[in-house]
Amino acid sequence: MSAPESACAAALATASMEVMTGNDAAATAAKLARVQVIAAYPITPQSPVVEQLSAWVESGELPAEFVTVESEHSALTVCIAASTVGARTFTATSANGLAYMTEQVWWAAGARLPIVMCIANRAMAAPWNVLNDQQDSMSVRDAGWVQLYCRDNQEILDTTLQAYRIAERLHVPVMVCYDGFLLSHTMMPVSVPDAAVIDAWLPKYDHPLTVVDPADPRNIGPVVIADPRADASGEGHGGYMEIRAQLHGALLEVLDVIPKVDSEYGAAVGRQWGGLLWEHMLDDAEVVLVAAGSLGTQLTVAAEKLREEGVKAGVLGIRAYRPFPVAALRGKLAGRKLALVYDKALAYGYEGPICSDLRGCLLGTPDAPAVFGAVCGLGGRDVPVDQLAGAARRALADAEAGLRVRETDWINLHLEG
Amino acid sequence: MTTGTSDDVHEIRWHGRGGQGAVTAAKILADAAFHSGFAGVTSQPSFGAERRGAPITASSRLAHEPIRVLSQVTEPDIVVVLDDSLVEVAHTAAGMKPGGTLIVNTTKDAAQLVAAGGIGGAVRVVTSDVTGAAEAVGLIVGGQPMVSTAILGAFARATGLITMDAVEAAIGHVFTGTAGAKNVEAARIAFECTTAGGAHQ
Repeated sequence: MSAPESACAAALATASMEVMTGNDAAATAAKLARVQVIAAYPITPQSPVVEQLSAWVESGELPAEFVTVESEHSALTVCIAASTVGARTFTATSANGLAYMTEQVWWAAGARLPIVMCIANRAMAAPWNVLNDQQDSMSVRDAGWVQLYCRDNQEILDTTLQAYRIAERLHVPVMVCYDGFLLSHTMMPVSVPDAAVIDAWLPKYDHPLTVVDPADPRNIGPVVIADPRADASGEGHGGYMEIRAQLHGALLEVLDVIPKVDSEYGAAVGRQWGGLLWEHMLDDAEVVLVAAGSLGTQLTVAAEKLREEGVKAGVLGIRAYRPFPVAALRGKLAGRKLALVYDKALAYGYEGPICSDLRGCLLGTPDAPAVFGAVCGLGGRDVPVDQLAGAARRALADAEAGLRVRETDWINLHLEG
Repeated sequence: MTTGTSDDVHEIRWHGRGGQGAVTAAKILADAAFHSGFAGVTSQPSFGAERRGAPITASSRLAHEPIRVLSQVTEPDIVVVLDDSLVEVAHTAAGMKPGGTLIVNTTKDAAQLVAAGGIGGAVRVVTSDVTGAAEAVGLIVGGQPMVSTAILGAFARATGLITMDAVEAAIGHVFTGTAGAKNVEAARIAFECTTAGGAHQ
């Protein structure tokens, strides 16, 4: 974001701003996107998103169909059905709700439906916990959805709008992930774009892959066998593997589309967010702190503390986690001494998911840094700036001692009780 | 850039009882502060399991740059207590920065509060009968006086960080019509009835 050039510009910028929670920012974006069908089941900390949307539908402010359902599985199923016939759809969930809809999460991607779903990131039970980490969305990272992580409430609003353009351009569903409570329930200033600007930027969705026409009945979603075969009219169709390869190809194409849409949004609205990755004091950084979501925001403060101590630290934020921005990450990290990945999730029995992915993508590349992992913030555990910086100091000491492989560091853990 | 821990950030911790409106008050403060010129504001609940009557906290930060720290406030410049029975038992003054301001909704005066214990160090104690202000305009819901808006009048008077115009506008974003007018009136009364007890050593 560029700084306003004058007091007048600052005053104008302030006029369009409202102080709102991350959940309100998500709901506001769905309203600006003129979603036509919303289906959701309440779960903390997501519930206020759809409570707000249902109030707007009730008041007539948002002319959409709000379908109340008995579970998250049905919520996404309604979105799948509505999206199949060409409606712009929206849902939101968290944690166990996302787990409950997992079967349909895979369906939405395989069926190439441009559904946008907000995830207010929350820890998975057991033990029961409503607070923030990113285990929920990480657990479905391989389902074929685009996953974008937001660092503040403004980015939630802007990214949810961008998500529709990305989804509808390539017929892939998009999860907009933001930290539960830390963003979902925290008030901060958000600039709300003019509805007319968004109407022009995000016109009605009018090109569904499947056209439902009673005069031309089709069988939608039939069983697909292993090998390609011709249909009744003699036209050849791919088997399961071809259809899956096309989904993978579309996701890889998304790597080009995310930065494009971000810059198109910038041209229309005046804000953009770095596309696939964002950075803070990265230029000359030797120690790079890597994270997704609001943790990255907090790491910018830790990096500044480290700079004051003479450590050349910077932050590389993951905005797009799926598709994984391999080339961009290699470009940003070549020649650094150390990348320390802070994960708010764990592949139990191994390590943090972003850490594994990053090490894998850098393996064997020239000038790759040492990649170490740290796990933090599980179940809402605070991630104080001092402790984030402390983990970086430990990792730097290990790297300087020549270590290239190291066990995951646990931040702010008190096993002794 | 603001660090969220440096001198140019005002860190505020709220104490209340579940149902009393501390989270609503924190939200209205963020709005009022933004419209009083703070470009960076956050207000957040304490993310616990809230029950009516149980002690709860909330955190706010006000600065002229975007806030980048989302941790709960543990070393506040300002503490706001909506229920004076919490002053000692909820450790409301814990971690306060020297010279910080403790604003209490109470009918007692600062000396009485300090004598009752729980307030140590160089803290400026400011008292305001916010409940009285709410009752005076009939802000009673379910038999309980609603102090979540009137407390903003006390905050404006005690700190000078936010203007009453901004408080009134922010209240108007949450409550409209007759309810809005009553809440604004309560905040105005609380503003007038706020008394600083001076520094306590």
